[in-house]
Amino acid sequence: MSVTTRVPSENLVVKKNFLNSSFMRMARYVIVRLLTLFTTVVIGVYLTILIANMGGFVDEIIRGQIRDGVTQSIAGNPTYQQMDPDTRRQLIEERIALEEKRRGLDTPIAIRNFRYLANALQLDLGRAINLTSDSGSKQVRLILLERLPATLLLMGTSQLFLFFSSVFIALNLSRHYGNFWDKLIIALSPSSAVPPWFYGIFLILIFASGLKILPFGGMVDSPPPANRFDYAVSVLKHLALPGLSLIISSFFLSVYNYRTFFLIYSSEDYVDMARAKGLHSKDIERRYILRPTLPNIITNFSLLLIGLWTGALFTETVFLWPGLGRTLFQAIGLYDTPIIVGSTVIYAYLLAMTVFLLNFVYALVDPRVKIGE
Amino acid sequence: MNNLKASFQKILMYPSAIVGVVAILILVAVSIYTMITIPYPEAIRLWRGGEDVWYQNPKFAQPAWVNWFSSKKYSESFAVSSADGEFSKVATPGKDGATTYEMMHEFDFNYDMFPQDMILYLKSSFEVKQPFVSIELITPDERTIRIASFVITDKYTYRFSQDEKLRIKLRTEEIIPALFSNPETGEILKGKYKLIVTGTTFEPESTMDAEFVFHGQVFGLAGTDHARRDLTLPLLWGAPVALAFGLMAAIGTTVLTMIIAAVGTWYSGWVDELIQRITEINLVLPFFALLIMIGTFYSRSIWVILTATILLSIFTGAILGYRAIFLQVKESMYIEAARAYGASNWRIIFRYLIPRMIPLLIPSLVQAVPAFVFLEASLAVIGLGDPVLPTWGKIIQDAQSNGALYKGYYYWILEPAFFLMLTGLAFAVLGFALDRIFNPRLRDV
Repeated sequence: MSVTTRVPSENLVVKKNFLNSSFMRMARYVIVRLLTLFTTVVIGVYLTILIANMGGFVDEIIRGQIRDGVTQSIAGNPTYQQMDPDTRRQLIEERIALEEKRRGLDTPIAIRNFRYLANALQLDLGRAINLTSDSGSKQVRLILLERLPATLLLMGTSQLFLFFSSVFIALNLSRHYGNFWDKLIIALSPSSAVPPWFYGIFLILIFASGLKILPFGGMVDSPPPANRFDYAVSVLKHLALPGLSLIISSFFLSVYNYRTFFLIYSSEDYVDMARAKGLHSKDIERRYILRPTLPNIITNFSLLLIGLWTGALFTETVFLWPGLGRTLFQAIGLYDTPIIVGSTVIYAYLLAMTVFLLNFVYALVDPRVKIGE
Repeated sequence: MNNLKASFQKILMYPSAIVGVVAILILVAVSIYTMITIPYPEAIRLWRGGEDVWYQNPKFAQPAWVNWFSSKKYSESFAVSSADGEFSKVATPGKDGATTYEMMHEFDFNYDMFPQDMILYLKSSFEVKQPFVSIELITPDERTIRIASFVITDKYTYRFSQDEKLRIKLRTEEIIPALFSNPETGEILKGKYKLIVTGTTFEPESTMDAEFVFHGQVFGLAGTDHARRDLTLPLLWGAPVALAFGLMAAIGTTVLTMIIAAVGTWYSGWVDELIQRITEINLVLPFFALLIMIGTFYSRSIWVILTATILLSIFTGAILGYRAIFLQVKESMYIEAARAYGASNWRIIFRYLIPRMIPLLIPSLVQAVPAFVFLEASLAVIGLGDPVLPTWGKIIQDAQSNGALYKGYYYWILEPAFFLMLTGLAFAVLGFALDRIFNPRLRDV
């Protein structure tokens, strides 16, 4: 009797231990990973804050701006004209001190950097210094949100098109490798050494300046069409050139890379085995080639998705596209630290989250991967 | 070593790679030629020079070779000076110490487009009595147009297009077209024109010299920009700058990445961990934004940007790739043998680990060059180029900010674009071939 009761309980203990250890291992992994990623984000954002504040030099610029502004507003105000110079100077100094206190310039830069870091990490992005949103707000959050749709439209259409078309075409090419189209793609793939804005200039030259059928830049006609349909057509017309230049500059290399990748995987023994079994080529593609390459494809796709956030800085600048990349560039030109930091902290969080989640996705799609090992 | 040599010989099997090598060699030759013929200080002086250096050139002039392709011929620019003798000068002494100088220049005008302007620069020396000058133009149909007569100072500039009196005399809006066309039909008049400048000085010691500058519609091999600068200068100087930036950044980045990866894998433990953490932090940092911040806030010097580029490009995904391979190499027998004979850590890293990676290093180094060449150009195009250096990106930026695409000055953008494209593609094509040669996994696919 005792024997029979002991055996299952022992089994249970072993099973429990096993469950426990597996669960513990995973929990420990999750905690350690989250902590390291968070530390990474903190250090990355802090470094950006340090550089964006120029070790306090941006403060000097802002102080100068405040002094100029206050002095001019008082000098230009007729009510103060009668005041004797000493009193007026005193008034100016008081106003400057007040304005500096309002902007928080009276606390030392080192302390402010940390306060700033804490706020940024809580996604309390604060107010921009010089930039305003089109609706007139100085909230960094609102400015970024206002520019996000433009970037999502441009980057989203071009990057998603690029991703899906290159995977699809690459699969096709890997099936018929060595034919004319395959050779053409190989021959054209060095074209991706050239950045998108560069193709953009050529496209502007041909379609905007030469043929005069597409606009030079911007996102919509000025004044914007009242009719919804016309508005959409106008946006599409403006989207064509920047979108096309983003696509041209990565298309051939992207197809080439995926094709080579698929070819390497399709020379595996188990693929030959599947062919020998006489499986349909569609099945081979789906189950024997795409499946093992899935982790890489998912990685690429998720990095592509978070890459949307940064926008295309140079392309947007060349095409005057009102997206996040151009906003970032404008912000840097205007020493607008809050916007630079806001954009960076969001990217950092998105990247950290993606990297964290990818570990689990790998474990889901690839049975060989175990979390925390 | 023989292996490497054999691998390089395989380049001959790739025609595109040969084209790439030839293009790179041409660029290197151009760079060396440029640095010898136009030394750095001279290039900077010319590039930063204003009207005083470039007054002889027209603005926004296309290169002269557009005439080969155009049915309508654009007028070419020239400048002649009586001091150099191209502008013939005859001095006839008169009475009371007066001297009459007759300066004459005959030039062919067989073009279909009017020139931009004509300018006469007069120089003379005198004590009290100012010299007197009169200008005449004899047209191919034997008309003599009296342009102007005036008293000059020691340095005097006469611009044909700006003379109000002449405008009224010719009864026209535009002086230059009126001078070069048939007054009855209004058609452009081709043939030999003769410019006669007669000057009289009234003191025995006085001298007089004239320089006649003809601003046509086309200029030289490459044309000119908004500041009358000859574009051959930045086009030529762009080559050494682009090559130096691209190569230094590529070599710095790939070699440092490899050394750091090797050190990390060899020592493992906290060193390795630290390198991986730095890589993760670097992935969070916005690369372009940081470079633009450094350019805007600190310095736009090409050396500062180069250093920042290298530092930010070391800890990228590539370091993880090298690490994976080093981890395999670390376990090889020959490393164990080296350890057994007592080789030091650094000896193993630099003599045994890294040399094994050279076949991988070479293609990635060559492939990295175009990205850096274009990075320099990209920064220049958004206005963050080196403030003193003439580069290809700077030409495009000047062209963009002067609305070259809107106004149709295509040569201004196409010339630097051609060179950028040539450099980028040459390295890309070569790197691509090298990648297939050195990467056995790619060889057959």
